[in-house]
Amino acid sequence: MTFVRPVFRHPESPKNKLGYTRKFYEGALSTLCAGCGHDSVSGAIIQACFEMAVEPHRVAKLSGIGCSSKTPTYFLANSHGFNSVHGRMPSVATGAYLANRDLMYIGVSGDGDSASIGMGQFVHAIRRNLNITYIIMNNGCYGLTKGQDSATADKGSVNKTGAANMYNAIDMAGLALELGATFIARSFSGDKEQLIPMIKAAMSHPGFALIDVVSPCVTFNNNVGSTKSYDYTREHMEATAAVDFVPMMTEITTEYNEGDAVTVPLHDGSLIHLSKLAKDWDPRDRQSAVNRLYQAKAQGEILTGLIYIDTESRDLHSILHTTEQPLNLVEQHQLCPGSTVLEQINAGLR
Amino acid sequence: MLNDFVIRFANVNGTGSASANTMFAKAIFRMGIPVSPKNIFPSNIQGLPTWYEVRVSEKGYLGRREGIDLMLSVNPQSIPKDIANVKPGGYFLYDSTKDLHKDLLRDDIHFLGVPMMQLCMDKFADPRQRQLLKNMVYVGAIAALIDIEVPVLHQIITEQFKGKEKLITANFEALEMGIQYAKEHFQCPFPHLRVERRDNVGDWILMDGNSACGLGAVYAGATVLAWYPITPSTSLADAFGKYAKKLRVDPHTGKNNYAIVQAEDELAAIGMVIGANWNGARSFTATSGPGISLMSEFLGLAYFAEIPTVLVDVQRGGPSTGMPTRTQQSDLIAAAYASHGDTKQVLLFPSTPAECFEHMTTAFDLAEQLQTPVLVMTDLDLGMNDNMSPPLHWDDNKVYQRGKVLDAEALEKIERFGRYLDVDGDGITYRTIPGTHPTKGSFFTRGTSRDEYATYTEEGPAYVRNMDKLARKWETAKTYVPAPEFYQQEKQSNVGMIFFGTTTYAALEAKDLLEEQGIPLDVMRVKAFPFSDAVKTFIDEHERVFVVEQNRDAQFKSLLINELGTDSSDLYSILNYDGFPITADLIRQKIFKNLVGKLPPPFVPEKIGPPGAESSE
Ligand SMILES: Cc1ncc(C[n+]2csc(CCOP(=O)(O)OP(=O)(O)O)c2C)c(N)n1
Ligand code: SF4
Ligand SMILES: [Mg+2]
Repeated sequence: MTFVRPVFRHPESPKNKLGYTRKFYEGALSTLCAGCGHDSVSGAIIQACFEMAVEPHRVAKLSGIGCSSKTPTYFLANSHGFNSVHGRMPSVATGAYLANRDLMYIGVSGDGDSASIGMGQFVHAIRRNLNITYIIMNNGCYGLTKGQDSATADKGSVNKTGAANMYNAIDMAGLALELGATFIARSFSGDKEQLIPMIKAAMSHPGFALIDVVSPCVTFNNNVGSTKSYDYTREHMEATAAVDFVPMMTEITTEYNEGDAVTVPLHDGSLIHLSKLAKDWDPRDRQSAVNRLYQAKAQGEILTGLIYIDTESRDLHSILHTTEQPLNLVEQHQLCPGSTVLEQINAGLR
Repeated sequence: MLNDFVIRFANVNGTGSASANTMFAKAIFRMGIPVSPKNIFPSNIQGLPTWYEVRVSEKGYLGRREGIDLMLSVNPQSIPKDIANVKPGGYFLYDSTKDLHKDLLRDDIHFLGVPMMQLCMDKFADPRQRQLLKNMVYVGAIAALIDIEVPVLHQIITEQFKGKEKLITANFEALEMGIQYAKEHFQCPFPHLRVERRDNVGDWILMDGNSACGLGAVYAGATVLAWYPITPSTSLADAFGKYAKKLRVDPHTGKNNYAIVQAEDELAAIGMVIGANWNGARSFTATSGPGISLMSEFLGLAYFAEIPTVLVDVQRGGPSTGMPTRTQQSDLIAAAYASHGDTKQVLLFPSTPAECFEHMTTAFDLAEQLQTPVLVMTDLDLGMNDNMSPPLHWDDNKVYQRGKVLDAEALEKIERFGRYLDVDGDGITYRTIPGTHPTKGSFFTRGTSRDEYATYTEEGPAYVRNMDKLARKWETAKTYVPAPEFYQQEKQSNVGMIFFGTTTYAALEAKDLLEEQGIPLDVMRVKAFPFSDAVKTFIDEHERVFVVEQNRDAQFKSLLINELGTDSSDLYSILNYDGFPITADLIRQKIFKNLVGKLPPPFVPEKIGPPGAESSE
């Protein structure tokens, strides 16, 4: 177990706009290994939802299979959750989203889940611009099945058994960029300062928002020689910018130096402030994002932060021209054409 | 022979023959005579032979019948085979623009040549039009030969090309050319093989099962369709789309009260269906055998996590890619026990378009009441052919059965919600839809073992309790699914026959044929799996029971033995698995041989008698 909850809580623990404390956003006690990066990501999700004053029961959390996919049990106890089958969360989330466009969807997956068995579904969910916050807890290995290399393990990276990976890695952020994902970020489970605003921004984005989070597996892939270990990630992390997420209708207090900062307005009125920008990079410009990603790769850096955002994103329902009312609330009298119409149809078949 | 024959059209795929052939069948139907047309088509897009076979049966027998009385041949490629397939005494009507090779001639059938292409070349300028209108020329010739009422054909053409006056005129002309040529060169109509107006179709309709399922899903309140193209189920998804576009667009906003996603594969299709149903929308998919194999893992999840799911399996010839454009009932076991572990799935077996339509609502009601997958098992024969059927029926008082779902108010009254807590003792527990209540009713849906409160557990006893609860639900399901149908008032024989789905047509005809030969049978049509108690009673009450089905391995019989513990020596299989719909004669022969010990006297192939019309060439 990663963290032991303090038994005593201050009676006046801070409440958010809805009057809920952070605890209200927690889930069951984690059963992951102590120190597992995934638990920190759960923590960041809890914090982001708490600070954003999200109604937990208006969130659906979905996952595939893996240690990472277990985490939805450990956050947002008051949300419905769905632990589906290995690699197939995107399709289940797509169906759920089609049924009710009004809920917020958080998808959690692993690198095995999304980059191997579920690659097809991952790719196609992006194509359809499903409105979801899609978090890949990326540890370069299959934690749950005891540490085999995953498709995101870097070539030459050494795992716990001492064997070096022989194959090229799939870069999920790069892939998503190529596929036309409308929001792409990368982060690190050990960097809450960056991860929490990233999650908030992703949740505010109307479309497929990918956060590829390096989330070390302490049990199978945190050794020397691994490129997904805590140490290695800390040493090689390079942020695109410092981020600040400003929820909608909040007064802006921080000041930014002109020239090296941009403010990206999000669909719901929230803003992302990016300061200390990387050179020649604008998150709204796909080409510059591609360049930035390749550059970082060439320099052996792990590029983190917001990589790309399409502020004109049109999500799946808007593509399909679906009614504003959630489909699961459309009533029988709106759905069933009735016997008179059927008689006409019969007549046309004679 | 009057109002009782089989005619086969030998065409080239992709030459527009389908619409002419359909007009032909429809004309006979509108003359009040029962017809049953069947498409026999290849698994390619253009160029290979296709056949369209129409059985005309005044008595209303709609199953396929062997023996072709009249062959219409416009496909040079298949001529030798087509000639060989004509019944002795029958007719071979062909395009005589090119002569038939004399080696192909048979002296026991009649050859009638009409220079269809030549006639069109002389009359029409546009090459594509010539090709299409040639089809109308043969319809005209046949109309004259078998005495189809021409005004009926005119009416159909007018409806078909409504608003396109030029096309109507051209089609009328082509039709007339065929009629005139036949009248001038042959004795018209044939003395025996012909049609005569009757009043034997009542208010029935001609519709393909896939369209009926698609429309049925609209009526059933389906809002999400996720699918992946595969013959023979594709036209089902298309039909849902077509009807939804007409009937499901909100009149005020112009927006769709439905969503259709062509998924990346069948795994995704069924995943979407499960996700949507989990979230409270009625959602379904349509597929065929290969799709069922791919969907298996997810079907197990839906069974175990208890998520309503509706799937239509339009069966084709298996295994593997098998015979994609031929019919079979061979996915039964794969569907009934889809997925690993102890799983059982609810199946429905419609046998007419009217039942396809009705079963879609039944399927959604059952899926939501039982919180489990329901697989509607049709086949290519039903799905892709125009079947004569009672009209589609909808009762405006019908209310969708959404099953045990707790809303916010109900949740308020509950101390502690247990998603898998069997409070009613019927194995069906209460579910909640995401987003219902701020603090009550949320739970974690999972394919892993869990306790009554949906909490993960690997405890043996909790797992067993859950599995037993699912078994209890299966028992409940037996009382929910449609009961079998019997075709006799009371027991009249010690011999029974069981069938389901499209086998019904041939089986009922075989029953009549055997009765004529002094062998009465009691028959039962099964409409659903799990089998209700009535199915077992029927088997127990008969000494010998024939089980008729369209696969090699007697899958349905296996299900009966497996589920009912029936003595297998009482059950005899009658199987057909060549990809063509089973015939009454095959059933009759097998049953006769089994009971009497020898083959029965031959069926129908009565010769057509003295040639009444000779080719003038
Ligand atoms: C169809 C199927 N094949 C294999 C497995 C076994 N399996 C469970 S989790 C897993 C890999 C998980 O890796 P990842 O998604 O990276 O998650 P992590 O445990 O590393 O967080 C595998 C192969 C399975 N559950 N289902
Ligand atoms: S095995 Fe690895 S990924 Fe799984 S819980 Fe342990 S540390 Fe985390
Ligand atoms: Mg992993």
